[in-house]
Amino acid sequence: MGLSGFRAEVGFRVDGEPHTLAVDTRSTVLDVLRDTLGNTSPKKGCDRGQCGACTVLLDGRRVLSCLVLAVTAGGKDILTAKGLAANGRLHPVQQAFLDNDALQCGYCTPGQVCSAVGALDEFADGKPSHAGDVTAEPELTRAEIAERISGNLCRCGAYTAIISAIEQAADA
Amino acid sequence: MRPFDYRTPANAVTAVQAVTEHPAAAFLGGGTNLLDHLKLGITHPDLLVDVTSVTADTIEDFQGGLLIGAAARNSDIAADYRVRTRYPALAEALLSGASGQLRNMATAAGNPLQRTRCPYFQDPTTPCNKRRPGSGCAAIGGFTRGHAILGASTHCVATHPSDMAVALTALDATVHVLSAQGERTIPFAELHRLPGADPTRDTVLDHGDLITLIELPYSPIARQSRYYKVRDRASFAFALVSVAAALTVTDGVISDARLAFGGIAHKPWRANRAEQILIGEPATDATYRLAAEHELADARTLDGLDGGNAFKVPLLIRTVVSVLRRLAEEPR
Repeated sequence: MGLSGFRAEVGFRVDGEPHTLAVDTRSTVLDVLRDTLGNTSPKKGCDRGQCGACTVLLDGRRVLSCLVLAVTAGGKDILTAKGLAANGRLHPVQQAFLDNDALQCGYCTPGQVCSAVGALDEFADGKPSHAGDVTAEPELTRAEIAERISGNLCRCGAYTAIISAIEQAADA
Repeated sequence: MRPFDYRTPANAVTAVQAVTEHPAAAFLGGGTNLLDHLKLGITHPDLLVDVTSVTADTIEDFQGGLLIGAAARNSDIAADYRVRTRYPALAEALLSGASGQLRNMATAAGNPLQRTRCPYFQDPTTPCNKRRPGSGCAAIGGFTRGHAILGASTHCVATHPSDMAVALTALDATVHVLSAQGERTIPFAELHRLPGADPTRDTVLDHGDLITLIELPYSPIARQSRYYKVRDRASFAFALVSVAAALTVTDGVISDARLAFGGIAHKPWRANRAEQILIGEPATDATYRLAAEHELADARTLDGLDGGNAFKVPLLIRTVVSVLRRLAEEPR
């Protein structure tokens, strides 16, 4: 990692495309995605890890891109909601959000979608949540889904439909 | 945010060396708390030393217990079957904290070292002895709903925010620490400190001390453990009060107990007095209540613009009774 001044060179893939950039060490993944690479799919809501609008998948795991320094993402795969649609076809979670009217203004939606994809992967791996008994296999009830996506706020209050969308995607 | 340099050291020894030699350096783990502080302008390191690749991120069997690598992510610890079955209070504590995204980022060592969520500590425009020594405490006489009822001082009434640390305190964990002088271990219950006259220090660690492992000892009682957390909303909120408890009941009599409280002090609070009262007594609500009341005999509550924090005393007593009753009536 280059150390001249406080800029450093870093390489990572975004939605499958490799990028090598010189970044300010203070830059977050969110700022690099939006301001340097022009990928405005992840949103800057609070910029403090409290709203979830900036959620992306980092090496397959959902994280908050506002709290990841870009210099720490070297060699990693970053997947945004934009990149979830492959070959012109929406990801099943994206389609389920449309089918269930799981949004109003849409600002939180890319983060909700990435969070839902990550949450469903975690559930498929048998990972527990606070909504169930940690010593048992989890069941994907609506309460489970609500708990697992509690890090994504929706000021329009579309939660009921968001949970329905995630139920549909889980069954897909 | 002030500029800072960033380094990825080759190993833990060079990481410790880099921070020790550099007074304004900081270790970077998951970064979830540190990045927030950088943006808020309440910490100003000029060098970040990334330690996520120089300590283990695995969980290993060790002498009947477990060794959790400092870089293990909170979500991976909570999902580990050995943790879930042998130390369920730890899995429950981890899963009750933060959000799915944050748990994927936060590390084993970083979680207990996160700093208070006192709103005045997080606001650089207000006096705070923890952030700026000698500047005063805006919390005293301010909004006090979240603040301490045990062990506070006239300098600081902040609470420790970690759920994980409360479970580790109850379950007799130990931290392995690497410093420029070598390795040492610290019982988890002695890692955090009370504010006294120097609230700037949350723990007994010195600048450059790096937690490398968290050790959970072999503990049959830990299989009968639970973590209860009471908060203002059902998810993604810090504790008003929390209780990590483990209980062994033989023929209706409590033969062993572990108890620690969160949300009520500057450190995770091991309830030694309450444990002493519980052991040898009948497993009844009256016993649980007496033990909790005894632990809280020295509680000092705060008035405040928001009605204060006196509610924490009855809330904590009821939470203790509730979790101990559940452990006695529904063994895992």
